[in-house]
Amino acid sequence: MTDKATDFAIEGHGDISVGVSGAGASGDGSASATRITPGNALRPEDIALEIRRGQVKPSDDVAEFALRIGDDALILAQRLGHWISRAPELEEDVALGNIALDQLGHARSFLTYAGAAWGKSEDDLAYFRSEPEFRSAHLVEQPNGDFAVTIARQFVVSYYQYELYRRLTESTDATLAAISAKAVKEVDYHRDHSAQWVLRLAGGTEESRARMIQGFQLIWPYVDELFEDDELTTRLAESGAAVEPSSLRGDFDRLTGEVLAEAGLDIPKVPQALGGGRRGKHSEFLGYVLAEMQVLAREHPGASW
Amino acid sequence: MIPNDSPTSQARPGTPVVVAPTPEETPWSLWEVFVRSSRGLSHVHAGSLHAPDAAMALRNARDLYTRRNEGVSIWVVPAEAISSSDPDSKGSFFESPQGKDYRHATYYTKSEGVKHL
Amino acid sequence: MASQNLQSVPAELSPEEQEREAAGQAYFDRIISEDSRIEPRDWMPEAYRKTLLRQISQHAHSEIIGMQPEANWITRAPSLKRKSILMAKVQDEAGHGLYLYSAAETLGQSRDKMMDDLIAGKARYSSIFNYPAISWADMGAIGWLVDGAAICNQVPLCRASYGPYGRAMVRVCKEESFHQRQGFEILLELSNGTPEQKQMAQEAVNRWYAPSLMMFGPPDDDSPNSKQSMAWNIKRFSNDELRHRFVGMMVEQVRVLGLTLPDKDIRFNEETKKWEHGPLDWNEFKEVLAGRGPCNSQRIERRREAHENGAWVREAAAAYARKQAQKESAA
Repeated sequence: MTDKATDFAIEGHGDISVGVSGAGASGDGSASATRITPGNALRPEDIALEIRRGQVKPSDDVAEFALRIGDDALILAQRLGHWISRAPELEEDVALGNIALDQLGHARSFLTYAGAAWGKSEDDLAYFRSEPEFRSAHLVEQPNGDFAVTIARQFVVSYYQYELYRRLTESTDATLAAISAKAVKEVDYHRDHSAQWVLRLAGGTEESRARMIQGFQLIWPYVDELFEDDELTTRLAESGAAVEPSSLRGDFDRLTGEVLAEAGLDIPKVPQALGGGRRGKHSEFLGYVLAEMQVLAREHPGASW
Repeated sequence: MIPNDSPTSQARPGTPVVVAPTPEETPWSLWEVFVRSSRGLSHVHAGSLHAPDAAMALRNARDLYTRRNEGVSIWVVPAEAISSSDPDSKGSFFESPQGKDYRHATYYTKSEGVKHL
Repeated sequence: MASQNLQSVPAELSPEEQEREAAGQAYFDRIISEDSRIEPRDWMPEAYRKTLLRQISQHAHSEIIGMQPEANWITRAPSLKRKSILMAKVQDEAGHGLYLYSAAETLGQSRDKMMDDLIAGKARYSSIFNYPAISWADMGAIGWLVDGAAICNQVPLCRASYGPYGRAMVRVCKEESFHQRQGFEILLELSNGTPEQKQMAQEAVNRWYAPSLMMFGPPDDDSPNSKQSMAWNIKRFSNDELRHRFVGMMVEQVRVLGLTLPDKDIRFNEETKKWEHGPLDWNEFKEVLAGRGPCNSQRIERRREAHENGAWVREAAAAYARKQAQKESAA
């Protein structure tokens, strides 16, 4: 890839110049705090290009697996996107926005790659599948609730995703490994963000503690589903393309346990829900999520945006 | 600490609540953010933000001031911890160096044209 | 400089205080006449401080309220790429509100107080955000026209005489350089799409054109504060100057879009070398400003709800910080 680093320029605004010479300008000099660059990283567009050139194509199994983790990230991003403009503080609007954008980026990469197996684009998969064709876990379908519920969901999902992506960086499937290598660094920050908030809500006020406990109560029934193995994951684990989800559980329990202990919280003693998202059996919530997400694209099938 | 000091926090969409602004609410304090744009350069003041403590201030700064690769390192400083020179004495405080041209290489004209000097 | 003698010194000041005030005024006037920058702890006329505080806080409120019409489409964006772009843009607006509130805070007003004023309906924000975003094409028109007008306004503000405001605007302008382009691209894509899409784009342009021209503020002869703001080097161009310039740019760009502006009176005046536009409905502008726009109460209610639903979270974090600090000092 080429170095896309560029400094900033305002273009197309006639003879209005920024003219920030002299006092008041922080945008000049070598030690600038506003020098902006897009940086270099694997983007969904890069993967789509490799696919078009016939350089990469997933096996059916890898595609099915990429669909699962892509759907998790997509539905989670859709949920998190709703927070932007509604967060408890402006700084948190920005933080949740970053996390949502990270997740959406992962979703786009995984779905783009998955779609290559069936000649479909990320948007074909996101907008033109029906509920039973989605492979998301029930956890990410859960509503945002209050901030504590969202943090509980983030806490579980980011610790799970971190363990998963960390291992996938060594996948025998090079594209899966490359997407995961980018994602794992971002998800590491999501872990930190949620852990910081678990500590603060649990150790803040009586009200916040009660809400945090209630948040975990609502979210915890959907933990086991994340770690269920099935025939697909067994085959992928044998080939080295992925790992058995159950193999992540030990690290997940240990690391989440450390934070929960520091926060003085017990692991909720709640029955585990049956799940079934990986087989297309979803919560009632998913239908509404998809209805909203897909409505416009479906009104204009075949249109370009 | 009054735990249930936010009667309004139960508010749900569509449920209008008569609100007394919560007098107990503690505003998050103001922090100044300094960003190092790349290795070898100084940290430069980027702006401010609000945060309850240093750990969150750092994270908020990361999210707010480095969304476009602006930095490789961040400092956050409580705004109140910054001591600043008195603006009223700006003249006397900063005028002394003026006129001391002998501190600058350009003052020494006789060596002009001599190589490597 | 024109700012002299606008500030009468209150009579009850002691001779020493009067002298200090006079010296402060003289210093301020010199900084302004040199086109240098005023910094937070400098002496400044009370009217200058108030004007800035009003303008910067209104600007911040506009960013924050302006998130809503676009956030309205994040969950329905018709492609994942567009969803990413829109999310990043609305998120930027939260950041821009933050930068601006910070600048306003240096004038001695807390962000909490500004937020309370906004929620209480005591503060103003750009009245264009009281119009609804009813179709996807509005995301294009808002980016192209509304952000376009905002950028026209904001670029000269990078040179505003108040340092923190100028610096905040530098950052905002840098980040916003993508906002207008992404809007333009949305419209271009729609215009080159199906007939329904093209119609959607044209209707959005029709809806947002006049409100975006009115974003520059009332005509110069009906804008009493402009002159003083220009004398103080806060504003660099008059409302009408910026508006005319903006119209000229839009005339060019709309051709590339393959759409039309809903204004048959646009023309280039060869004598004045300025672009002219048709009459604008300033009555409607005033109505919306006075709270009678389609979405005024909805926008404030949404902000109130977010702020108040977040109260327990903010308090929890503050309480946690206090406890940690106590633990540390006890250890």
